[in-house]
Amino acid sequence: MKDASSRRGFLALTTSLGAALASCGGGDGGAPAEAPSRLGKPVSSYGERSRFSAERRFIAPTKTPEQAASLTPLQDSEGVITPSALHFERHHSGIPDLDPSVHELLLHGLVERPLRFSMDALKRMPSVSVIRFVECSGNSRSEWSKPAPTAQMSSGMASCSEWTGVPLRTVLDEAGLKPEAKWLICEGADACRMARSLPIEKALDDCLLVYGQNGEALRPEQGYPLRLLVPGWEGNINVKWLRVLKATAGPSETRDETSKYTDLMPDGSSRQFTFAMEAKSVITTPSGGQALPGPGFLEIRGLAWSGRGLIEKVEVSVDGGSTWEVAQLQEPRFPKAFTRFRLPWSWSGAETTIQSRATDETGYIQPTVQELVAVRGTESSYHNNGVKAWKVLADGSVTNV
Amino acid sequence: MFRIALLCLLAATGLFAQKFGVGKAASPDEIAALDIAVSPDGKGLPPGQGTAAEGAKVYETQCRECHGPEGKGGDETGFIGTPADLKGDKPKKTVGSYWPYATTLWDYINRAMPFVRPGTLTDDQVYSVTAYILHLNGIVGENDTLNAETLPKVEMPNRNGFVPDPRPDVK
Repeated sequence: MKDASSRRGFLALTTSLGAALASCGGGDGGAPAEAPSRLGKPVSSYGERSRFSAERRFIAPTKTPEQAASLTPLQDSEGVITPSALHFERHHSGIPDLDPSVHELLLHGLVERPLRFSMDALKRMPSVSVIRFVECSGNSRSEWSKPAPTAQMSSGMASCSEWTGVPLRTVLDEAGLKPEAKWLICEGADACRMARSLPIEKALDDCLLVYGQNGEALRPEQGYPLRLLVPGWEGNINVKWLRVLKATAGPSETRDETSKYTDLMPDGSSRQFTFAMEAKSVITTPSGGQALPGPGFLEIRGLAWSGRGLIEKVEVSVDGGSTWEVAQLQEPRFPKAFTRFRLPWSWSGAETTIQSRATDETGYIQPTVQELVAVRGTESSYHNNGVKAWKVLADGSVTNV
Repeated sequence: MFRIALLCLLAATGLFAQKFGVGKAASPDEIAALDIAVSPDGKGLPPGQGTAAEGAKVYETQCRECHGPEGKGGDETGFIGTPADLKGDKPKKTVGSYWPYATTLWDYINRAMPFVRPGTLTDDQVYSVTAYILHLNGIVGENDTLNAETLPKVEMPNRNGFVPDPRPDVK
């Protein structure tokens, strides 16, 4: 009985917190009470979420809807998996409508045996499933100069899925790489045939030819029916709608690895082939745009990830960076995957600043934005993994700093 | 005899050395139909040619609507500049100031332009529009012919502006 009542108390607490934290709750008060005498909806062939669940991607304003991006609502995320329907998007010429019964992967160039693989053929090969994040290297671009007001706006070009596919190495072995093959030019079947050059060492390491996402087929906006997964590396090289792989001696120097996705330094030079996404974290609860219901207990929650492996530690400061506490990490952890961290907190009601910093298995500690700027200036655009702070005001509202 | 013939057939089709054997041999024609990759040394560039003078005409009908007259306007970064534009508070990354290889310009126009109908330009049109944009930057002359041989030899102003990834750079 005691358990039951404490459980009810817990539920009441979380419900009120949830309602208070919701930044845009409909709140018409017309939600029907449980009505056991009335039959509910019948079974369905493909489920829909509750009509009270309103999380959605934010569509960044661009000149055209096809050359565009949408951002994951990290502040509403639970656990470490991003629902496929909320995975961030970045397309350069729209989402192609590809029929898997005719779609093929061509592997050619510096190989012994140029090969074509139908989707059915690929799926016959030994496959694996891994949980890995994908992050656009332009994520947190706003943070160089004007910090964004919500976790979605500041950090939402990162998502995490369970991906299922065939190790790229398996397919390369089928074709037989020639010794002089050092790069793999990877090209999509979107209208602009977007292409990136992938170093062969990475191609032979942990890349996957992915056809499954979170227990079902890839979503069209994630590359249906086939995409490349390059774990821990910037999103753009995870080529979607993958159609052609060409083994070459050198990189193709495509537009997206020269004029874009290169990092301009204050001296006018630019860093190229900056592939790895370095360790990063963001507090999702409480985060910008939310509101605390009042002083008292609240579990701080957030996400941490590193393109170089496992997250080893996340520290949280609730006093503007004066002191740091080690947060609890949700197990099991996976390398190059979202890791959920949690820290119990009792808010005094006073204005304060909260922030998190991640350490990965290489010992690398997530820097502050100021530390990044000191080395890279403010015009490098990409690869901003600086600490993200939120200000909690005395009235409980949470804003960016 | 039949067995030897079968082995030869398997070897010829490339199936023989596959471990799983589910891939099909890709014929030269099948590869040619999809292979548009271009390298900075010119590998992959098709026959054909163009000049800036010809490209100016193509630009008017195919590019100007979005990129403005003579590459000024429309696009937020534009085409024209020099590496000096990369320093200071508001650096401008343009074809002239930033792009390290002329082959990249050809490849990108060929793949992705015009935005709403990519892949519709002829190879000659791609060469000529490439020449026009390079000419706007003073990199090639108005009547210089660009083709598979001359394009890779074009020296871009920011060719040596790129460095390898030094990260982790902040500790």
